[in-house]
Amino acid sequence: MTDLTRMTAARLADVVAGGQASAVEVTQAHLDRITAVDHDVHAFLHVDTDGALAAAAAVDTARARDGRSGLGPLAGVPLALKDVLAMEGVPTTCGSRILEGWLPAYDATVTRRLKDAGVVILGKTNMDEFAMGSSTEHSAFGPTHNPWDLSRIPGGSGGGSAAAVAAFEAPLAIGTDTGGSIRQPAAVTGTVGIKPTYGGVSRYGLVALASSLDQAGPCARNVLDAALLHAVIAGHDPLDSTSIDRPVPAVVEAARHGDVRGMRVGVVRELTGDGYQPGVQQRFDEAVVLLQELGAQVVEVSCPHFPYALAAYYLILPSECSSNLAKFDGMRFGLRVGDDGTRSVEEVMGRTRASGFGEEAIRRIMLGTYALSAGYYDAFYGSAQKVRTLVTGDFAAAFEQVDVLVSPTAPTTAFKLGEKLDDPLAMYLNDVATIPANLAGTPGLSLPVGLAPEDGLPVGLQVMAPVLADDRLYRVGAALEAALLDRWGAPILDGAPTL
Amino acid sequence: MPAISPEQVAHLAALARLDLSEDHLGRLAAELEIIIASVATVSQVATEDIAPTSHPLPLTNVFRLDVVGGSLTVEQALMAAPAVESDRFRVPRILDEES
Repeated sequence: MTDLTRMTAARLADVVAGGQASAVEVTQAHLDRITAVDHDVHAFLHVDTDGALAAAAAVDTARARDGRSGLGPLAGVPLALKDVLAMEGVPTTCGSRILEGWLPAYDATVTRRLKDAGVVILGKTNMDEFAMGSSTEHSAFGPTHNPWDLSRIPGGSGGGSAAAVAAFEAPLAIGTDTGGSIRQPAAVTGTVGIKPTYGGVSRYGLVALASSLDQAGPCARNVLDAALLHAVIAGHDPLDSTSIDRPVPAVVEAARHGDVRGMRVGVVRELTGDGYQPGVQQRFDEAVVLLQELGAQVVEVSCPHFPYALAAYYLILPSECSSNLAKFDGMRFGLRVGDDGTRSVEEVMGRTRASGFGEEAIRRIMLGTYALSAGYYDAFYGSAQKVRTLVTGDFAAAFEQVDVLVSPTAPTTAFKLGEKLDDPLAMYLNDVATIPANLAGTPGLSLPVGLAPEDGLPVGLQVMAPVLADDRLYRVGAALEAALLDRWGAPILDGAPTL
Repeated sequence: MPAISPEQVAHLAALARLDLSEDHLGRLAAELEIIIASVATVSQVATEDIAPTSHPLPLTNVFRLDVVGGSLTVEQALMAAPAVESDRFRVPRILDEES
């Protein structure tokens, strides 16, 4: 049998269901791969070896008892879970010292649905602290390295999830996307990542960064695998009051029937050109020509307020996060510092938070506290909320003219570790193309469209669709992916260096 | 836009319950000034006639059925607590001695 870690999730599910390999064998192969490469990649913060093998054994038992008919479409397939989602009895740190040692007493809804589907959770993946960052360098436990070049960043905040998938440590991963944290890591690691429509996937048990922006979604090596995972985790959840009570878009069907004939595709004028690396722009432009060749009608569309989205985001996000992170005060869980019997509760909170949070978390808490302060609220937070209205309006106007919008996912390929760490504004620019979708709640996908000629690193194309039209992302993604595979002759990750 | 004074940064840190060193506060004052100058561009287009958006979904008053569901046991709820006493979270003193 060929190497189990090189197979797609769809194929692995088939192999397990058909009995060519047991779920335990599939899981063990991935655990072995993690042992072999993760000291270089550092995608995982915690590997749950015993839990994963037990979950796999349960799938094998179910198959032995009921045959393949009782198994879900991803039963026995291993997955890497971003460390921002609660998993009962398994460390969940959000990449922060302040939660080190916390063992959740419950499962996030996403975690619960994965378990119920027989998906085998291998462990928890590295991330920027509380999902604040574009490089995983803000993790309190050290950065993740990009499998394409270990001296470079894997994107962020979900760099661990993307790197685990790119390094064949897991065929699937869960990420969360507040300003691009699924899509940008996908772009710079040559993988596929989707931010579903806001409210499409339950946030129950997802440690909140910015509640009005956060959305969990799938990471995979191809569009169909991502769709299969999307279908498992999506759907209404009464435990999340912002969960949408509507049918899940037919994403698997769309991924199986990629087709852009007659589809109207809009290239966002404001998300190209200046500020985009030439090789990124070149591969993006070629992919747009390919969409045309495949039968799409391509037009240029203007979204005039998108250039203000980044500024609005860096007011809204810090404001929400300064409030959300207030619960980490050392009283009920996690770290407590300086409780010597003499200090007041406020002094202990101050010491706990100052030592438990890293640089970027502190920076954003301070920024949010400022933006929400009396006297500045209207000028900053209030204005940012108005820009949010304008960006949403730009999407609405654009989707009058076209079915989907496209842009490069990130302005550059993976940069060097350390390169932007001391320049917050430069770091924030990585999300310039992905943030508009978070502000509007619309879905977005990143798909690899080649390697930049100047550095040989992956380039991602972003597809954006209207609210609850997530299936369009998969229809376009699958069509483009098939055409590129024809052109290349092999998946893009076959060209990544051997680890 | 106003420059951010070291006193103002110290006040924000107190509000946010962050006991930071003078050094760190000084560094933050410089960084916040740059970031705030950059994000202040939102005021260029945020005119009075535009309604603010606080949330992407137009949802109001989402209710669940009023039925008893599962919940954490006392032991589970206290499992991760830094300090526990008599089935409760033990916290540092919350009132001054003299009050």
